[in-house]
Amino acid sequence: MRVSMDIELKDVPGQMLLALQPLSEFKANLITVLHHHQKRTPRKTVPVQLVLETKPENIVAIKAKLEENGIRVVRVGEQRFRESINVVLIGHVVHTGIQDTIDEIDKTGFAEVVDLSLCMPGINLLSSALIRIDAVGKEDLQKALDILKEVSVKKDLLMVLPIDIHA
Amino acid sequence: MKTVRCSILGFGAIGQGVAEVLLMKKEYLKSIGLEVLVVAVVDSKGATINPEGVDLADCLARKRTGGTVAIEKLTGVEVIRSVDHELVIETTPTNIVTGGAGLQNMFAAFETGKDVVTSNKGPLTLKYGELMEAAKTAGSNFRFEATVGGSMPIINLANEVLAGNNLRSIKGILNGTCNYILTRMLEERASYKDILAESMELGIAETDPTYDVEGIDTACKLVILANAIFGLDATYKDVEVTGITKITPEALEMAYERGHVIKLIGEVSRERIHVAPRLVPINHPLAVRGTLNVASIDTELAGEITVTGKGAGPIETASAILSDLVAIYGNR
Ligand SMILES: NC(=O)c1ccc[n+]([C@@H]2O[C@H](COP(=O)([O-])OP(=O)(O)OC[C@H]3O[C@@H](n4cnc5c(N)ncnc54)[C@H](OP(=O)(O)O)[C@@H]3O)[C@@H](O)[C@H]2O)c1
Repeated sequence: MRVSMDIELKDVPGQMLLALQPLSEFKANLITVLHHHQKRTPRKTVPVQLVLETKPENIVAIKAKLEENGIRVVRVGEQRFRESINVVLIGHVVHTGIQDTIDEIDKTGFAEVVDLSLCMPGINLLSSALIRIDAVGKEDLQKALDILKEVSVKKDLLMVLPIDIHA
Repeated sequence: MKTVRCSILGFGAIGQGVAEVLLMKKEYLKSIGLEVLVVAVVDSKGATINPEGVDLADCLARKRTGGTVAIEKLTGVEVIRSVDHELVIETTPTNIVTGGAGLQNMFAAFETGKDVVTSNKGPLTLKYGELMEAAKTAGSNFRFEATVGGSMPIINLANEVLAGNNLRSIKGILNGTCNYILTRMLEERASYKDILAESMELGIAETDPTYDVEGIDTACKLVILANAIFGLDATYKDVEVTGITKITPEALEMAYERGHVIKLIGEVSRERIHVAPRLVPINHPLAVRGTLNVASIDTELAGEITVTGKGAGPIETASAILSDLVAIYGNR
């Protein structure tokens, strides 16, 4: 199960290690860490957002262990992909490394490429890909699309977006 | 009976369409108290002039057999300045770089206090603000429904019929050539190049299709909508444009398998003017086929209003010109 966890770290060295140790202890798979360096809570702590993959029965124990380590756990929630869109990419899709493009999105933790169809009609002809991206929320989807847009510009790919998306 | 004396500047497909429609609608116009008298017809070689009204059927016949209506060597501007009339119907070729003869004709018309009805996008994309100002100073009417979407009502629909509504955006297909190409590529699973060649053979695409397929024509129409409906002072430079030349039959097919078609969509709001190929659900109101144009207006009170119709064609476009003419002179 995929879980997102908002925690707060004290602004002193070594805190991150204390936060990560319970995760490895319970063999949770850490997908993303969003560390808001510049932000401070009213308690002068640094907010951090974790996304991890773990067995449901371990969540309570992980949370307890974090608190034992002096880390405040503000929110724990199951992360669900509520948004989903199709995007067409046209160009030298394979050539320029489709896997890179997918990785860029997958590594955000809040969005992932869940489906890919690819068509390469021949050497020197443009390839076409249709990918489906799932994301946690609308904003996350937009962020994933921004990433995709940047990659498309760099790789000279034409990106065809759904009509109801703010392109 | 009110007599409206007018000139037709530009006697190509659209100019001739206007002549035919005026002949066809003579009785109707009479029934609403209008007599439309064409006092001059001008093409690139010169003019036919008659202050009592030229014989339109004869002009059409001479144009079709001899290639020109020129009897006197006068230009549009010279006709505007020397022949008494109230209305200039401007149907010369679109030039979005200089504005072409159309721009000169329109300024000359306003300088001499004439009204203008046009299908020519060029001047409006380049100098919308200046033209509006000139029309206003002269107290002239200036209408251009035919510049966007051919027969399809959009400018007058938004500004008059939907008056009072706050409009948020307009999205649609404003270029029939691109719509035809994308429709056929999917149907035939054929390459962009092959279908472009077919479109040229059928006269749907011009010999130089750049403006259409690169999205420039759509962008110009959006500029007109942005200015005329959203009150912006936009020019072509304000539009982000991507055309359809890179679209592949494979992309169309994969999209179709997931319930989508790919269409060249123009989108305008106060924040943004944008042309790009987009994925449109098959059952979406904008998913029209062939050479059709379509536009969806997002309104505050009325929700989404969608219109569709033929974006080109002499008679179809003349229909929009006729509606502008009646809007100016009917019931007055
Ligand atoms: N075709 C459509 O379906 C359509 C739809 C909507 C809007 N429009 C717009 O309507 C306008 C006319 O289109 P069209 O298809 O009728 O074009 P067209 O067939 O090329 O006709 C243009 C006409 O203008 C004449 N002309 C060229 N330069 C001139 C000048 N300096 N002075 C006077 N006349 C001049 C031409 O003379 P010659 O005959 O001697 O060459 C021709 O008669 C264009 O601005 C176009 O963008 C067209």
